[in-house]
Amino acid sequence: MSNIGNITNNPRGPKPKRVLSRRNIFLYGTLLVIGLYYAVPLYVMVMTSLKGMPEIRMGNIFSPPMEITFEPWVKAWAEACTGLKCQGLSSGFWNSVIITVPSVIISIAIASVNGYALANWRFRGANIFFTILIFGAFIPYQVMIYPIVIMLREMGIYGTLTGLVIVHTIFGMPILTLLFRNYFSSLPEELFKAARVDGAGFWSILFRVMLPMSMPIFTVAAILQITGIWNDFLFGVVFTGPEAYPMTAQLNSIVNSTTGVREYNVNMAATILTALVPLSIYFISGKLFVRGIAAGAVKG
Amino acid sequence: MASGRPNFLFRNKTAKIAAIPMILTALFVFVGGTAWTVTYSFTKSGLLPKLKWVGFAQYDRLWNTKKWLVAIENLAIYGICMLILMFLIGFILAALIDQKVRFENTFRTVILYPYAMSFVVTGLVWQWILNPEFGLERIVRDLGWESFEFNPLYNSEIAIFGVLIAGLWQGSGLVMVLMLAGLRGIDQEIWKAARIDGIPTWKTYILIIIPMMRPVFITTLVIVTAGIVKVYDLIVAQTSGGPGISTEVPAKYVYDAMFTAQNLGQGFAASTMMLLTVVIVVIPWAILEFGGTKKSV
Amino acid sequence: MKVIRSLIAATTALTVSAANATDLEVMHWWTSGGEAAAVNEFAKAFNATGNNWVDAAIVGGEQARSVMVSRILGGDPMGAFQFNHGRQAEELIEAGVLRDITDIAEAEGWTSMVNPPSLLAACTVDGRVYCAPVNIHSWQWLWLSHKAYSDAGVDVPANWDEFVAAAPALEKAGILPMAMGQQGWQQSGAFNVFMASLLPSEVFMSVYGDKDTAVAGGADVAKVFKAASDAREMAANSTVQNWNDATNLVITGKAGGQIMGDWAQGEFSVAGSVAGKDYSCLPGLGSNPRLSTGGDAFYFPVLKDAAQIKAQTELATLMLKPDTQVAFNLKKGSLPVRGDIDLSAANDCMQKGLGLLADGALLPDTNMLVTPDTNSQINDLFGQFFTDPSMSAADAQKQFVDIIANAD
Repeated sequence: MSNIGNITNNPRGPKPKRVLSRRNIFLYGTLLVIGLYYAVPLYVMVMTSLKGMPEIRMGNIFSPPMEITFEPWVKAWAEACTGLKCQGLSSGFWNSVIITVPSVIISIAIASVNGYALANWRFRGANIFFTILIFGAFIPYQVMIYPIVIMLREMGIYGTLTGLVIVHTIFGMPILTLLFRNYFSSLPEELFKAARVDGAGFWSILFRVMLPMSMPIFTVAAILQITGIWNDFLFGVVFTGPEAYPMTAQLNSIVNSTTGVREYNVNMAATILTALVPLSIYFISGKLFVRGIAAGAVKG
Repeated sequence: MASGRPNFLFRNKTAKIAAIPMILTALFVFVGGTAWTVTYSFTKSGLLPKLKWVGFAQYDRLWNTKKWLVAIENLAIYGICMLILMFLIGFILAALIDQKVRFENTFRTVILYPYAMSFVVTGLVWQWILNPEFGLERIVRDLGWESFEFNPLYNSEIAIFGVLIAGLWQGSGLVMVLMLAGLRGIDQEIWKAARIDGIPTWKTYILIIIPMMRPVFITTLVIVTAGIVKVYDLIVAQTSGGPGISTEVPAKYVYDAMFTAQNLGQGFAASTMMLLTVVIVVIPWAILEFGGTKKSV
Repeated sequence: MKVIRSLIAATTALTVSAANATDLEVMHWWTSGGEAAAVNEFAKAFNATGNNWVDAAIVGGEQARSVMVSRILGGDPMGAFQFNHGRQAEELIEAGVLRDITDIAEAEGWTSMVNPPSLLAACTVDGRVYCAPVNIHSWQWLWLSHKAYSDAGVDVPANWDEFVAAAPALEKAGILPMAMGQQGWQQSGAFNVFMASLLPSEVFMSVYGDKDTAVAGGADVAKVFKAASDAREMAANSTVQNWNDATNLVITGKAGGQIMGDWAQGEFSVAGSVAGKDYSCLPGLGSNPRLSTGGDAFYFPVLKDAAQIKAQTELATLMLKPDTQVAFNLKKGSLPVRGDIDLSAANDCMQKGLGLLADGALLPDTNMLVTPDTNSQINDLFGQFFTDPSMSAADAQKQFVDIIANAD
């Protein structure tokens, strides 16, 4: 009963927003237009992958298929010829997994420790080594192949999975270390100092204080590395033998064959299939990713 | 502290041991590999590295080769445009999405998914879209604008911009997401305070927010620049360096010299020039960054 | 007890010898459907010898080569690998990492049987043979679309001069006179076809074989540059990248013709075109039917394991046997390296090629005469020439002379 008096007076709650306000039109409009730029190639790829070759030869890349066929997808996954084997992408799928999982884990583990050491534990020369790492981020991969092949040969691990994991770790190190270093630097120093005062050492602070607060940044690093390593082709074929070639080798064979008939529909399907793994990682970790690099995300 | 340990080598011992992989990598791989490359750039190596010294002959040939000069020019144009546009687009998109829009997940995914796709086919798709016969130009013409021309890839002058369009498409998603995360880390109180002080939104962004995002900007800058310097797959997939040599870039020059022309010496000379440039840029930055006090970032 | 023991010993011996199938890794870049079918012929034959073909296919010649060299450098060489005929493997031979198979060549009588002999000569250093040539691909073909010419109302040309003369009529009908993909190798490929087809063989050999700069800058070669200029004009609106997209233009009648190697045949077959009805193929551009003999050869790295070495020998031997040559080349669409076998199952254009082969109307491929470095420079030159109308034929010829002068 006492509510009745309030109804006639001050309305409660926020002022109802008009959906079509100028701000919203500008906002969503811009996003939609820019979104087109990103979405159109995917549309072309999907449409092409559902057409038969005669239709593609006619050349209308933007038109939807007159007759939808899923055969290119089946062919890409299981039947396309990639050399002697005609098993499509599936033959390399597990190889890619076997290569990606340890490489991602180890490269992130090492880079995070590096970043932590650089951010919180100053020692002579640390910055020099870090600068060299950053310099290393700019070196084109092809240039480093032969020296690394020779190095791995001398170490006796050329051609092994260990060798490949080490190579991925090396090349992921610069950017990841930078990422972790910046993140750990931005965490409140008081936490670190308090733990030191409590007598904790290098490793215990890392595991008990830093890591629990860093899940988001680890997610970012995981996404960067999974995308990079899953899509890698060069290292995967230079540092392994044919039984261990990753899926990208098959993708490349399907898409890039020069003296053969180009089946564009199969190529598109194959590309989308290969990209599904990093894409699904993006989907799953979407929200986490964004909160990852937030410098001041933690309130002390 | 025990007095028997004045030696600086033992301070922060655990940290140093933990950083051993970094130290080894930096020294053996990056420094060692670079030294090896520079050394062999003074040789006449063909398919295999050989110690047949020829002095500066490879460099002489390098700087007299039109393809190299075009490659450097292209990298400069591509690099500067990419940097500016990536940051602009990435930041603006991030700012827009940060406005608590509905369907944030969808927009973010649509903008980010290109990053997951390998260049090999995306280069081809953009080649199609930019093709005058059956791409964008024809669609717009069919819609009525008869004289619409949009054919960058077959025009030597502006072909590099066609590549730019595809490169931007592929990488701006990552920049947007990095910027978005940086924005999300800004305390809401800052926004409230700025609003109370009556500062217009755009000024808030430029004078307050962006400076606060310095660490994120630096990380993004390194990632984007490293990507630009190494750009290779995109060029090969989209234009093969063509028409003619108008979209050549240094990384492709190196690769072609090493593996197509089977002339390692020439490839190493080219990459030494690239590395020299990087050193010239990175060292002053490092001095600026690390010459200062603790917590510089 | 003794009986049982000897029985066990005997059975163990049996199982051990049956398990003697050796794995041999073979690396190549034949990754498309047609190529895979061809490679399968080799693999089948090899597996029939009791060994096991381990396939290592990497697409793209350059990528495959970089992987091959890395493996050899890294001390983990494969059993056999594919290179093109020519000087690409020169350095590897010099470095001593490739196996000398002169013994196999002599035992099988390759020197008397490989046609043309230049195929073996290309991998013979100091009298020792290092490779097994397996096929011949030629570049000197002009593929013509019957539909394009009938649409324009002119006869299908029979040689290069007629082709150039018919261009205005095609243009009037809105058809592209000549299709060409915008990639350097295609453009320099066309140039080399002119060199081989529009000039006497001696001129070709003195430029590429003797690296004679006087001839390279002379009037004969200038004729070739004029042809290249004409081609540049005719292909000016050919806005495609890949060679098979250009072939597609010919197949669908949107372009009059294309200069491309014999591998273009595959595109026509897959699209269901019929030779003589829908399209014609003119070897040597109809003018001077000579074929250059490029193609592929297998090389064998030096290995330590005796079983693997034996497997290598078996592979090298079977690759030039008549049955494998027939089976492989039919599927690949290339010509066999042996002059003494029957390929009547081959299609029309291949038969023309075989005829020329038998007549000895051949020239070595540029790959055999110049280094990959020189080839690459020539590719770059023609890539620029074809896309830059302001570069005159004379300019291009001058640069060409420079490249030849520096070639070794």
